[in-house]
Amino acid sequence: MTIVQFALYALIGGGALLALVRLAIGPSLLDRVVATDTLLVIISAGLAVHVALERDPTVVPVLVVVSLLAFVGSVSVARYIGGMLLRARSEDGRDLGLPVAAEEREAGS
Amino acid sequence: MTAVSDVVAFACLLAGAALCLTAGLGLVRFPDVLSRMHAGTKPQVLGVLLVMVGGAIRLDGWANAWMLLLVAAFQLLTAPVSAHLISRVAYRRRHVRRDLLLVDEYGGPGRQDARYHGDEPGDAPPEQPAPQPS
Repeated sequence: MTIVQFALYALIGGGALLALVRLAIGPSLLDRVVATDTLLVIISAGLAVHVALERDPTVVPVLVVVSLLAFVGSVSVARYIGGMLLRARSEDGRDLGLPVAAEEREAGS
Repeated sequence: MTAVSDVVAFACLLAGAALCLTAGLGLVRFPDVLSRMHAGTKPQVLGVLLVMVGGAIRLDGWANAWMLLLVAAFQLLTAPVSAHLISRVAYRRRHVRRDLLLVDEYGGPGRQDARYHGDEPGDAPPEQPAPQPS
């Protein structure tokens, strides 16, 4: 059983370390968003593995919070990057319009 | 009976943990944002489901099992939304290797991302020259 525990923690730790590598070297912001999302999922999986191995339900509510935080974080950063889009024009000068986030922002101001 | 349920639980946990490792490998090795997202979404749905099933088998009582099921349901609900948002922004911001795409239904004239601003990856090929400032 100890071998199984070691293998579980090694697999999850390896996945988390590789996600951290992508988080460090990711060339753009969206790579880091994807890596952060995956890292939070791996962390929640590690917490669940700890719960299952120790038969200790103390951190089960923490799992709910972590899974919701991953969603909120990735969605807010993705919306933020989408709002950074500027006005794009086609080659004949026709305005192609703004994406929705920037459009709402401009209408508000 | 206990031995059988333990074996099933540990098989689920090992499968979920292996999916976490494959997500890390895919994140490091894949070329652009969409394929990295493809790799990273594996533990978001199947890995978390397997780990939660293993934990629900190992734990006693229905309260903890329902809470683990709630986590799995949250993952199933929220993973498509965040993946959709990230991939939409990635397509509009030149984070997509278009030479690796087989089908590109947004391509062609009149697409919104004919010019790019701001946050672009360093290895993104220039697709169109910047238009003349008018």
